[in-house]
Amino acid sequence: MAIRVAYTGNGACAQAMRQVEPHMVAAYPITPQTEVVEEFAKFVADGKVKTKFLPVESEHSAMSACIGGVAAGGRVMTTTASQGLAYMWEMLYIASGLRLPIVMGVANRALSAPINIHGDHSDTMGARDSGWVQLYCKTVQEVYDTLIQAVRIAEHDEVRLPVMVCYDGFSVSHSLMDLEVLAEEQVKGFVGRFTPRYPLLDIANPVTYGPLALYDFYFEYRRQQVEAMATAERAVREIAEEYASLSGRRYSAVEAYRLDNAEVALVSLGSTASTIEYAVDRLRDEGVAAGALRIRTFRPFPKDAIREALEPLKAVAVMDRSESLSGWGGPVGIEVKAAFYETEARPLLLDVVYGLGGRDVGVDDVREVFGELKKATDAGKMSDPVYYLSLRE
Amino acid sequence: MVEIRWHGRGGQGVVTAAKVLAAAALAQNKHIQAFPEYGPERRGAPVQAFTRIDDDPIKLFSHVTSPHIVVVLDRTLVGKIPFTKGLVGDGTVIVNCRHSAQHLRDEIGLSHGKVFAVDATTIANETMGRPITNTPMLGALIKATAILSIDAIEEELRTLFGPKLSPKALQANIDALRRAHEEVHGE
Repeated sequence: MAIRVAYTGNGACAQAMRQVEPHMVAAYPITPQTEVVEEFAKFVADGKVKTKFLPVESEHSAMSACIGGVAAGGRVMTTTASQGLAYMWEMLYIASGLRLPIVMGVANRALSAPINIHGDHSDTMGARDSGWVQLYCKTVQEVYDTLIQAVRIAEHDEVRLPVMVCYDGFSVSHSLMDLEVLAEEQVKGFVGRFTPRYPLLDIANPVTYGPLALYDFYFEYRRQQVEAMATAERAVREIAEEYASLSGRRYSAVEAYRLDNAEVALVSLGSTASTIEYAVDRLRDEGVAAGALRIRTFRPFPKDAIREALEPLKAVAVMDRSESLSGWGGPVGIEVKAAFYETEARPLLLDVVYGLGGRDVGVDDVREVFGELKKATDAGKMSDPVYYLSLRE
Repeated sequence: MVEIRWHGRGGQGVVTAAKVLAAAALAQNKHIQAFPEYGPERRGAPVQAFTRIDDDPIKLFSHVTSPHIVVVLDRTLVGKIPFTKGLVGDGTVIVNCRHSAQHLRDEIGLSHGKVFAVDATTIANETMGRPITNTPMLGALIKATAILSIDAIEEELRTLFGPKLSPKALQANIDALRRAHEEVHGE
């Protein structure tokens, strides 16, 4: 029986962590941390979980402690945001290189300078190539559901990669919304017991973590991560199916919204996808053949599903909440464009950089982008490859 | 969907008011959303928060720019903040204000919608001993709009603050809620 409650995105993340009850959570509880750590520390103090809570002196140390924790043989989690993730940078690669299934909630926020605390994907996009699976959540409900699934994805025998559960800073992280939660025993049953692989504490079978691997083996290590990431696509799908039969909520790598008979569509990540769907309903009422596609897994990148969904369209705008400074848009737009390189038929593609530093994106802004697509389809070409939405120029 | 925008100053419980209303609506099986606009938070600085209530799941994640209801917790914001901006045609504005609703309408120069006034600061001071105007403004909002029952709000205050406040402080909040519900007047 579904239990309906209200939590913020951070609260939902903390509740899911409570129900999973990892062996250890290591975190640095100060700005720009999230409230997740504060709430989780309370669960520990109140005896609601047996998790070892390790407050450390920095985000770099938080990730280091997580790495040590999993290597020792435990299930570990942490959370972070913006500068905190940036400070974890070198340890992110060590976590994935050692194939340690850490699960980390990330409230997506802008990177300084100038100082900013708001929603923006620059933090996790900067960690795009770090070897972490990246799942982007649309709603508070999804934060809860995704964190639980992330445990299974990370620990999947053929994946064994760390996972970031990304959700928009403030618009999701601090937004109180209703959601359905599972009973604790359901969550515990779904994630199951943690099976350590080559734990350091198994002293009868000593192993080495972090060996030297120069031009003789380093390359093969990285190649194996590519394989693991490709396998993660199947793991994400299978685990989502299993979760659907438990919860009734079904997730996929990409989610099409009213794309049937659509001529124009917006592609996005995170909570903006929800606002776009709202706008698509209005536009459909007005007779515009509008649709939307939401990318839920950015790593692994579901290029085939994206191609298949967008190929029949006339024009597509890809919404990027970060800038790559390449001169032709943000990382999502560039990757979507690349996905179409080998196809004969492709829609006109516009990259839209929006919402940096938390700049609000509302229904009228979405309409404006659809307006740009209309202009492009009328003209048969994009006048400019990048469109900056709601920018003072 | 009902969209509500709350205005006040840091320290008056603006965010709490937005969340209490949402939680009370959830208890009535509605779908809800409540979030603050975070700026440089300092006590006394103007802040705003948003609440959305609907029978269907909430899909919008943007700020509320076309509110059906605007609630102003701090009377010194009148004339300082354009809080009626975007108010829908038949929308409702409820302001913490010593003057009459007619006087208030003239002062803010609003030609449409409904205007309500309540002296929430006095009510808060007399019931709770502090000028925290969020609970009286919740009472005024309920009277002015009837989006939920006053009992539903009282129940939510008991649920949320029962474990945190002394019985006396909780009762003072409920007295403030009820008194503002009685005293608010509109035109």
